[in-house]
Amino acid sequence: MACSATTRIIHNPLAISSSRSAEKSDFSCKILSPSSFWGSASLGKKLLSVNKAISPISRRSATVVAVSDVVKEKKLKSSSSVSNLLITKEEGLVLYEDMVLGRAFEDMCAQMYYRGKMFGFVHLYNGQEAVSTGFIKLLKKEDCVVSTYRDHVHALSKGVPARQVMSELFGKTTGCCRGQGGSMHMFSKEHNVLGGFAFIGEGIPVATGAAFTSKYKREVLKEDCDEVTLAFFGDGTCNNGQFFECLNMAALWKLPIVFVVENNLWAIGMSHLRATSDPEIWKKGPAFGMPGVHVDGMDVLKVREVAIEAVGRARRGEGPTLVECETYRFRGHSLADPDELRDPAEKAHYATRDPITALKKYILENKLASEAELKAIEKKIDEVVEDSVEFADKSPVPARSQLLENVFADPRGFGIGPDGKYRCEDPKFTEGTAQV
Amino acid sequence: MWGIIRQRAACKGNHASNLEQGIRAIALRTFSSSAKQMTVRDALNSALDEEMSADPKVFIMGEEVGEYQGAYKISKGLLDKYGPDRVVDTPITEAGFAGIGVGAAYYGLRPVIEFMTFNFSMQAIDHIINSAAKSNYMSAGQISVPIVFRGPNGAAAGVGAQHSQCYAAWYGAIPGLKVLAPYSSEDARGLLKAAIRDPDPVVFLENELLYGESFPISDEVLDSSFSLPIGKAKIEREGKDVTITAFSKMVGYALQAADILAKEGINAEVINLRTIRPLDRSTINSSVRKTNRLVTVEEGFPQHGVGAEICATVVEDSFEYLDAPVERIAGADVPMPYAANLERMAVPQVEDIVRAAKRACYRSH
Repeated sequence: MACSATTRIIHNPLAISSSRSAEKSDFSCKILSPSSFWGSASLGKKLLSVNKAISPISRRSATVVAVSDVVKEKKLKSSSSVSNLLITKEEGLVLYEDMVLGRAFEDMCAQMYYRGKMFGFVHLYNGQEAVSTGFIKLLKKEDCVVSTYRDHVHALSKGVPARQVMSELFGKTTGCCRGQGGSMHMFSKEHNVLGGFAFIGEGIPVATGAAFTSKYKREVLKEDCDEVTLAFFGDGTCNNGQFFECLNMAALWKLPIVFVVENNLWAIGMSHLRATSDPEIWKKGPAFGMPGVHVDGMDVLKVREVAIEAVGRARRGEGPTLVECETYRFRGHSLADPDELRDPAEKAHYATRDPITALKKYILENKLASEAELKAIEKKIDEVVEDSVEFADKSPVPARSQLLENVFADPRGFGIGPDGKYRCEDPKFTEGTAQV
Repeated sequence: MWGIIRQRAACKGNHASNLEQGIRAIALRTFSSSAKQMTVRDALNSALDEEMSADPKVFIMGEEVGEYQGAYKISKGLLDKYGPDRVVDTPITEAGFAGIGVGAAYYGLRPVIEFMTFNFSMQAIDHIINSAAKSNYMSAGQISVPIVFRGPNGAAAGVGAQHSQCYAAWYGAIPGLKVLAPYSSEDARGLLKAAIRDPDPVVFLENELLYGESFPISDEVLDSSFSLPIGKAKIEREGKDVTITAFSKMVGYALQAADILAKEGINAEVINLRTIRPLDRSTINSSVRKTNRLVTVEEGFPQHGVGAEICATVVEDSFEYLDAPVERIAGADVPMPYAANLERMAVPQVEDIVRAAKRACYRSH
């Protein structure tokens, strides 16, 4: 049975790392049957693929061995012994606070939507916080995050203030995009959140381009640049052509990017299994010459472990990684989705694997913090979210003149003159009626 | 038939010859004092070269731009000069590499993305419009996208329906994009330099049949800081009886038509639009107010085309000045056929422009 096969192999790390080529192919066939995907009894087993056999260029996969070994050791020893904890107290509290912020914020969005303060398409991230927190909390400010329409929590994790995100959702001029972007288009130059894209798959090439820029800055402009880009997208996107095009180019040019798949098994009402010929997305990485990793996306610590290695790889210049996080969204696709097609039993099952509860349990069991401290954090976050709503409510709507602003960066659209300044600033340039 | 395009100031007895070697224009000095000649291809190549050397953040990406020296040899010699990090050959992934260019532009570089023809840009049109054109607006000015999408546009010779569409009207409809359509070498050089320096996304529509055309250019154009303003049309030939607007290859046809009309006593004013978006409405309108008649010429499909927009803008702004209905000359409303005679009928020819101008002047019988 799939479960026992899983258990057996995980507990034999040596067998895997040494005879990788032989075992790898049966490894991948045996373990992942569709049922194991739905968080079966072998909860949170990590399955790591090392493509040493198939890829003719072995140097690329060398460091993925480290992931599997490091993580497997930790797994074997994870009997809650204090000396082997995956996080320190400070890190634990940071993670906890970030996830609670994401959850509280999204719940508030739902409330505000039903009260009519928010409108249009709103896609909530409840249940997937472990992925965002696990990855983004490892980044520096200069690293980039590119996301999809389900981007509120990615923006929050990256550091965009909750006030600005809430105002943006209300369509007020104090929002992070002055109300011109909306729920699906969160941009922040300061925090390097490069959007917020409504078309799935659209963000992946953009993220690949940002990674290209990092590499270009390092190699052509000779700047000291090790910035990494994370591209977040879902399971539905993994059937889209742009995804494959970018896997190819990222691996070809060894770009510092991590492709994070938030596989929540559903693309609106289309089940991943109905839409995909081979539902194991992590396998698509090795086909393009990069390591593909599958991780339990409901456990922030496991996500973090994998993220540390993947981001580290990218920073060291070893190229991209494809990380598939098996996760679940507790709400529908958007607030307009009646969410009738998902089985209530499935939802109940995943509700028991709530990442916030899991982290809380871990923290308390390992005595990293007390119940009171965690409650204090929750209270603080509630205040932050309330404050953001008040701020957004009181903020003004955009002025009428804002309609025509920001279409071009160039104020009148006449371009740049030979002296390097905008032509419209040159008093000798005769004014035309070119409409911007 | 489209052979030699003569400019007003053309050197006597000097045939346009194709100069394939070298990047800088080689002077073909004639006995009349002036002009050096430069092909459009060399103009584009020199513009790219100069902008790449002036700013290390400029890089070129596209299919066959590097080792093949460019599918139409526009990027010839650049790989040797700047290396594979700055002249990047891509796999056949328009959506992918257009998006990569946009992402690179978001994050600080200045990409020049080449489409082998703009027909292939349809595979990447989502990135041109949604992630490039709209980003400055959606991010409220935080993220500007200094990217140039360039490549040949419109019909070539006998390449069939899927390789012959003109995209000026489609891209010209999008707020947030600047759309340029050069005609001569001076246009090509000046506008490409302006496009690369520009902080906004620019769609640069070249024309394959013009690449080999040679035009006289002045020394000012050869200067490395030369650039033309965006959003300003050029009056190629002044006149007072009828205004003919055109862009790209059709400017040449319009000039020929104007010569023919001159023999019949109709003095046509030819406007080279140079920029499709933002359209130079003021030049067009002042010209129509002077001549009172308008013929718009374009190569693309007639419905919702550039000519339709020009007609609407003239009707809105200068209605009382019009003495005749606006004549629209566009490509035939069919996918481009392959057979040579059918193709000739599907693309505007000089005679069509002449006839339209005469109709506008109520001279056709």
